Parts: sequence; C-alpha cells; structure tokens
Amino acid sequence: MSQTEAAVRDDGIIASVSGPVVVARDLDARMNDVVYVGDEGLMGEVIEIEDDTTTIQVYEETSGISPGEPVENTGEPLTVDLGPGLLDTIYDGVQRPLDVLEDKMGSPYLDRGVDAPGIELDEEWEFEPEVAEGDEVGRGDVVGTVEETVTIDHKVMVPPDILEEDETAEVVAIESGSMTVEETVVELDNGAEVSMRQEWPVREARPTVEKKTPRTPLVSGQRILDGLFPIAKGGTAAIPGPFGSGKTVTQHQLAKYADADIIIYVGCGERGNEMTEVIDDFPELEDPSTGNPLMARTSLIANTSNMPVAARESCVYTGITIAEFYRDMGYDVALMADSTSRWAEAMREISSRLEEMPGEEGYPAYLAARLSQFYERAGYFENINGTEGSVSAIGAVSPPGGDFSEPVTQNTLRIVKTFWALDADLAERRHFPSINWNESYSLYKDQLDPWFQDAVADDWPEKRQWAVDVLDEETELQEIVQLVGKDALPEDQQLTLEVARYLREAYLQQNAFHPVDTYCPPEKTYLMLTTIKTLNDEAFDALEAGVPVDEIIDIDAAPKINRIGVQEDYEEYVDDLKSEITEELRSLY
Amino acid sequence: MKEYQTITEISGPLVYAEVDEAIGYDEIVEIETAQGETLRGQVLESSDGVVAIQVFEGTSGIDQEASVRFLGETMKMPVTEDLLGRVLDGSGRPIDGGPDIVPEERQDIVGAAINPYSREYPEEFIETGVSAIDGMNTLVRGQKLPIFSSSGQPHSELAMQIARQASVPEEEEGDGEASEFAVIFGAMGITAEEANEFMEDFERTGALERSVVFMNLADDPAVERTVTPRMVLTTAEYLAFEKDYHVLVILTDMTNYCEALREIGAAREEVPGRRGYPGYMYTDLAQLYERAGRIEGRDGSVTQIPILTMPGDDDTHPIPDLTGYITEGQIYVDPDLNSQGLQPPVNVLPSLSRLMDDGIGEGLTRADHGDVSDQMYAAYAEGEDLRDLVNIVGREALSERDNKYLDFADRFEKEFIDQGFDTNRGLEETLEIGWDLLSMLPKEELNRVDQDFIEEYYREDAGGETETEATAD
Repeated sequence: MSQTEAAVRDDGIIASVSGPVVVARDLDARMNDVVYVGDEGLMGEVIEIEDDTTTIQVYEETSGISPGEPVENTGEPLTVDLGPGLLDTIYDGVQRPLDVLEDKMGSPYLDRGVDAPGIELDEEWEFEPEVAEGDEVGRGDVVGTVEETVTIDHKVMVPPDILEEDETAEVVAIESGSMTVEETVVELDNGAEVSMRQEWPVREARPTVEKKTPRTPLVSGQRILDGLFPIAKGGTAAIPGPFGSGKTVTQHQLAKYADADIIIYVGCGERGNEMTEVIDDFPELEDPSTGNPLMARTSLIANTSNMPVAARESCVYTGITIAEFYRDMGYDVALMADSTSRWAEAMREISSRLEEMPGEEGYPAYLAARLSQFYERAGYFENINGTEGSVSAIGAVSPPGGDFSEPVTQNTLRIVKTFWALDADLAERRHFPSINWNESYSLYKDQLDPWFQDAVADDWPEKRQWAVDVLDEETELQEIVQLVGKDALPEDQQLTLEVARYLREAYLQQNAFHPVDTYCPPEKTYLMLTTIKTLNDEAFDALEAGVPVDEIIDIDAAPKINRIGVQEDYEEYVDDLKSEITEELRSLY
Repeated sequence: MKEYQTITEISGPLVYAEVDEAIGYDEIVEIETAQGETLRGQVLESSDGVVAIQVFEGTSGIDQEASVRFLGETMKMPVTEDLLGRVLDGSGRPIDGGPDIVPEERQDIVGAAINPYSREYPEEFIETGVSAIDGMNTLVRGQKLPIFSSSGQPHSELAMQIARQASVPEEEEGDGEASEFAVIFGAMGITAEEANEFMEDFERTGALERSVVFMNLADDPAVERTVTPRMVLTTAEYLAFEKDYHVLVILTDMTNYCEALREIGAAREEVPGRRGYPGYMYTDLAQLYERAGRIEGRDGSVTQIPILTMPGDDDTHPIPDLTGYITEGQIYVDPDLNSQGLQPPVNVLPSLSRLMDDGIGEGLTRADHGDVSDQMYAAYAEGEDLRDLVNIVGREALSERDNKYLDFADRFEKEFIDQGFDTNRGLEETLEIGWDLLSMLPKEELNRVDQDFIEEYYREDAGGETETEATAD
C-alpha cells in the first residue's frame, strides 16, 4: 500500500461473526476502507458504519474466527496494483495472483490470510524513456514504455492523482534500463516521483476527457455476431441465457478471437474446471491478429463459485479498473464478465446479511444503480493524455429458469446496446452458437455499417437485411408448417424455407470446436452469405422457369454450402460452389 | 473447556446461549440434556456474549438447564482408507456394527476452495455402460453431473447402475499402479425403504467393498443433512488426493439438503430469497459441487453425481436451477419415457455434459464419437418435433424424409436408450448401435458427420439410401 496522507487509523476488535459478515467495535474507519480481520489477518472491506460499530465484508472464509480478535485498518479503499505484469496472469477477485498463492500456500487449496502483491515487485523490466529532461508532462502522459509481453508495449504514464487537472510539471530526472516496478523512473519538478507501478481504487472510474460515439466494430470472428448483431469497440453487450445454452462458450470465443488489443476475462462465480480450461487453453492458442500466444494480451480474474462471496462482489470492479488502465494507454480493451448474475447475487447475499430492506426478488434496491455504474465505465474515450482508447464490456447473465423478466436481465437490458439472447431450444437441438436471431438485437448496426462497407463490401447492410428478412419469413412460415405440414405450402414458400435452412445451418451455426470454423473473418462471413444469396436468386429463377421445387431442392451443389465454414481456402471454394450452383440450376431449364 | 448452563432461547433447530469467552464461528458444540443425552451442534453466529447454535439432532429434549460445551474446533471428519466397506450415519458415526474407526487424519469438513490454478482439466472418460450417458452425455473424471429427476422416477436405479458399472479405462502405459475406483454414497433424507434397496444392491453386487455409505434417513434430524454431504466430500477428497482413488460420489437427494437449508434460514429469521430458500443457497451449493475435480500432480479424482428430485418436475425451481448453473451439465430423467417403460428413461435432448467435447474423440474414446452424438441429437430432435405434427396431420401427409426421421426417433428410444438397468454396454457397442440407427437416414442428411467416418461406418444395407423403401407404416 502506498503512503497517502490518511495515516493508519485506530484499530478495533471483532464484536460478532456471521458468515462473510463481521461486525467490529471501536474501529475508526471510513466507508470502503480495507481492513485486516482477526489474528489471521483476513482481508475485508468496510460496508456499513453505525455509531461505534462497523460492518465488514470479509473476502475470505471466516470459520473459527471469534469475537475479541483484532481488526486492523489500512485507512485505504480497495485498490488494485497497476503496472507491467498484469497481462499473462491469473488473479482472484481481489487481485491476488493465483500462481503466487499456490507457491506461498504450498497446497492446491486456497488457505486464508495469505496476501500477495498484484504485480511482481522483484521482477525487472527494461524501461525505455520517451521524454527528455525539461519536457512538460501532465496527468496520464506517457513517460516511457516497457515491453510487457511479445504483443503489448506497456506505456508508463504519469498517475492521474499526482497532478491537478490541466496542471503540468517539468521532468527533472530520468532513469532507463532494467528496473523494478517500484523504482522511480521519472522525477518531476514538483517533487513527485513516477514509477511503473500505480494504484487505483477499484470502485472509482479512472478519469477521461470525454466519451465518444464508437464507430469501429469489435470483430469477433463469429458469423452471427459480426454478420447480424455486431458490437462496437467501446460498446456494451449482454448475453443472457439459461444454463446449458452456451454463454460460457460464447464468452470464451470472444476472448479468443475478438480483435481487441487487450482482453480482461472475469470469471465471476464460474466453475473451477472452466477456469482451468481457460488457463490451459489460452497459452497454447494463437492470437489470430498477431500469431502470438493469446495469454500475451490477456489478464484473467477467476473467482469461482466456491471462493468467498465478498471477493465475487469485487471481482468485476477489479477487472474493469485494469481494463481502464490499458485504455488510458490508447488500447482497445474488451472485458468479459461471466456471469454478472453471480455478481448481483453476491450483492444480494451481502445485503441480506446486513438485513437491508430487499427490493425485487430479494436483490438490494441499489442493484440497477450498480449495474449501470459498471456498464457506464465502458465506452470509446478520449483519454486525459490525448490518446483514444476503448473498453467494451460484455456481460453474461444467468437468469433463473431462463426467464428474462427477472431483475438482473431487465436492469441490464436497460443499459446495454447489444443483446445476444441465448435460447435453450436451439441449444437442445445442438444449434450453436444458440443465439436466437429473432430476439437478439444490436443498436450499433447503423453506426458500424460504414466500417463494414469500407473494409468488406459495399452491399454489407443490404445483404444483412436480406438474411434477416428471409429468417423472419421463415419464422412465420414455420407456424403454418406446424399446422399443415410443409408440402401444403406454395412452391415459392417451400423454397424460402429451404434457403432459410441454409442460413440457419450454414451461416448462423458455427462449430467452436472445429479448428477452421471456430474463427470466421468478416470476408468469409460475407462470402458465405453471398453464396446462399446466389442459391436463392438462381433457385427462384429456376422456379419461375417452371422447374418443380423438389428438383431445385435436390441439387447436389447446395449441401456443399454447409461445408464452407470448415474450408481454409474458402475463396476458391466459394467461387467454384457459386458457379456449380448456377450451372446445375440452369441446366434444369 | 468451560461448560455453560446459560441457554436463553430455543427456537426450531437453534439454541442461543450466553458465553463469557470468545467462541469461533463454525465451532462445534456439545449439548448435554438433563436426561444425559449428548447432542451436537455448530456455531452459526458468534457475537460478544451470545452465540447461535444449530443443533444437528434437533432441539427436542433441550431445556434451559442443559449444559453447553464448546469444543474449540470446527467440525472434523476422521478419515482413513479403512472407511471403505463401512456404513456410517449422517454425522459420520459407524452404524454397521463394525469396529471403531481409527482415523489416520481428522480433516476439516468445510473444504477450502481448490485454487483454479492448481486444478487439472478433466478429460478422461468414465465408462458408465449406459448408452444415453456414454454415447450422448459422456461423463469424465472430475466432473459434476447431476441427475434431474422427479418424485416417483427410477433415478435411484440409474444411480445404482452407474455406481455398479462405472469403470475407468486405464491408460495403456501402465506406469505405476492403476488407480482404483471407489464409490461414496451420501444419502440425505431418503426413506428407509430406499435405503434398504441401495444397501441390498450394494451387498448383492459386492460393490460395498469399494464403497463408503453415509446414511441420513428421512426420519433423521433435518439439520444433520447440512453436514452429511460435507462429510462425504471430505472423505472423497482424502481418498482421491491422498490415496489416489478415482472416487465417484453419489449424493441423494439434494432437494432434501436444500429443504434443510431453508429450515435453518427460516429459524434464523433471515431475509429469504426465491421461494423462501436462503439468498446464499447458490454459494452454499457451489461449495459442495465445486469439490469435484482433479488436482495437478495427484493421481485420483472426485466425480460427483448428485441426484435431485425437481418439485413439480419443474427445472426452473431454485434447486435444479442453481444446481444447473454450477454443475457441468445434467441428465434428465423423463416421466413420459418412464411411463413408456424405457430403462433408463433418460431424455437426452435437454441433457448435457459440458465436459464431453474434451473427453471424447481420437485417443480418448473413438474418433467418430463427437460427430455421431451430434448427428443423433439433431436427428432425434427433428423426429421429436415431427411427432407433434403427426398428431395433427397423420403420417401419410408427411414426406418420405420426415417419415425416416420419425422412424429414427422411435428406434432411437427402443434400441439406443432402452437398454435395461442390468445391461452394461461398452462404448464400442453404443457407437455401433448409433451407426445402425444413423444408417436409416440418407448419407447427405448426415451433415454433422465427417465424410471419412461416413465411408468407414455407414451401413449401406440399412435402408437409408434406398429410394423405394416404404417407411410409412
């Protein structure tokens, strides 16, 4: 902890213990101060003050802790350590590195009362200055860089809290070469010293100049997302779905393939085995844009469901603070939180232990406020050092019983602009990703179209609209089919159903476990759609020329559309396929 | 150790007592009644001068004269390899008339969370000999895969079948000793009759030798149920991570466990969450289910099959709902299939094993396993859909293709799922039946199967390719 003016306040003693909530007496603390509880020094945070009693949520298991034990106040709010070493690391909810904990505890189980700094204090980094003596620097200005991983150059910035807004100071001394994060690299004329490490309270957003309208998509390589429901860099999205509908796989796909510079993955109340999968897989997977290991751009926060509930409450804040730090360097950061429902439940649990008056379904009345505070920290920003960066926030939601009318889903939908609705029925028939195309939406579509037109094809928006129309029509026709059977439909509608089937099976479905299909660049997404459009146009021409619909449906070339996804050299395949479809259909009349 | 005769309030399963020393949260308490009976409990809340104690055996017989002793430690389970073959009550005391247990260690029953960094990802197949599971929802070592059932369904028979047949195909190399398989059975609030069936089956098949049984029966104190699964899992972790066993834990019935949680919550006048269950039920269940897994550098594993009966067969009820969000999939026992006499009546469509993809395929099971199961899912789902339509328009109105899917769905249930509770089917056999069924469909319908596999396994004579086959019966 750094030395701030707030001297260590008076310590207190425990008055009562009930699960993760501890009440202390005679503790002179401020709201949200971090305290160490009991003889074992368990980390906790002040959440309520009344007369001389202070209520503390404890981030560790409280078994065996008894009244009368001491409570020590640090006089500081919950902060995270920021600096090189954040990437390629896996943390718990209060930023303790899990690999360091394993070493320190000497056991595969998480013991109590062990603390570890968020970034390695002994490690030396090669600091390259970017300022010279006599330069004026302001808040957030970059004074040098460090190669943090093979992918990311870490920019060392003037911490925003050592200067006033618009205040500048002159650089009077610079160091360079191998240094630890705590050593001073730049000295300013007002006496302030800048090191590679800074701290920031997790519940407070880092300052920016202004929020801008995002106009670049976060390309995910997932057809249904890029093609139909894109999210912007700096955008917000929610993925609600009942269990087993593929929330986690979708989040993992985004973490693997989204074209952000930095990925912060927050496993909030997730399964232990799933986090292990991430820890095992990511170092081996390649970042599709650089070819480097994925971990080189990733920081993981894993607070599994059986880890202490209070740390689950804080883990999303830890994540978004780290995300903001990289945004300040001018990077595009994507944060995945899986699942925000577990976070909300952690709030509910703590709130009920405090015997607060519950709001809807037992959630605290401040649920909506907390959710919007969190999502508002995302966005495309102009940073205080003049660079531009973004934080995209993608939150999974786990509604009880898959019922989207529950408070967490509803309050989230009021804030986020992209909604990817997962559907248990689709998952049941192994349609993955099981994102329901009728219910999902993206409010970024229009502002992102120029980018797609520029980068992929001019008719991107029209093609998308065509696909949406066909799928809509299919939904209506399916209702009739349920009643009278497919053969009772007029021929043109039967054909529409067939085209829609290819849209569903080839275009919307994507196999996350297939080495090629798992990542689909926007060009391929577009070509696949145009192939289906070719089939559609040629088939309707044939129908008009009097060819029976059964013959059209039966052409040999059409099923090959289903295999575009797995083609590595898709351009050639698509070209051949388009001419094959055209030839075969034209030969019928 | 001080004794207090300071009980101030007795309410439901809770006792409040005044104390003049610091008592730790979760500490174990003994209460001696005037009749000389000793009851055990646990500290639920500890504050200056007053503690709230939850009494496992129930509070009947306790009066304000009863004396309270604090043992100064949290609850421990005496563990030893000799537990195998023993039958214990819900608090871990032997009830089989055998010798006393000489523990090698006494371990805290509130297990600490496994550091996700120290876990090893589960990817080794457990063969249960049940096609619906092995073929479609494969179980792997270290997984937690609950059975979602409802009252009156044969979930116990399915659990017994799995317990009996489960085996781990050992790695070929065979360096060192092969890990042994052990079953730990935790019964919470099941009826004496059910318990007898389990015990008879255990004895009949000789499975008891490799098992530890914990019995909390329906008429045993409800509060005791909150410690039974922790005893079970502590024993499981010991056998798995210190003695290298592959442990299969069967917990039945989780619904009774959750009812006990609700009872305690209500007695403490806590703010209830959904349907009166405590707001911390998710965390509480996670602390049980997450104790499944594998640890890097240890040979054993803990695999869990919790059974829960869904009230009203409703999977949106908080108990199955929260469970589904923690466990790695679920197996649905379906009342309709049961009334059709299928054994086991597993509905594969809503069932899921999340770890399946990593536990099957070349080198693990068989290369075509994933494709076969995907295709069967899709085909069965389509056949199921068509059944609704048949009810309206009749089979004759449907196309030949649709009729093939209907036949597929029928034969899938009859030949693939309905294998009987006593049949142990190897994975090879399961997949071969799968191919028999898939070959009813034309090759080009098998769009989820790799072309090479179709060439290798597709049965040309099964009728899927012949245009003239009359399928409408």
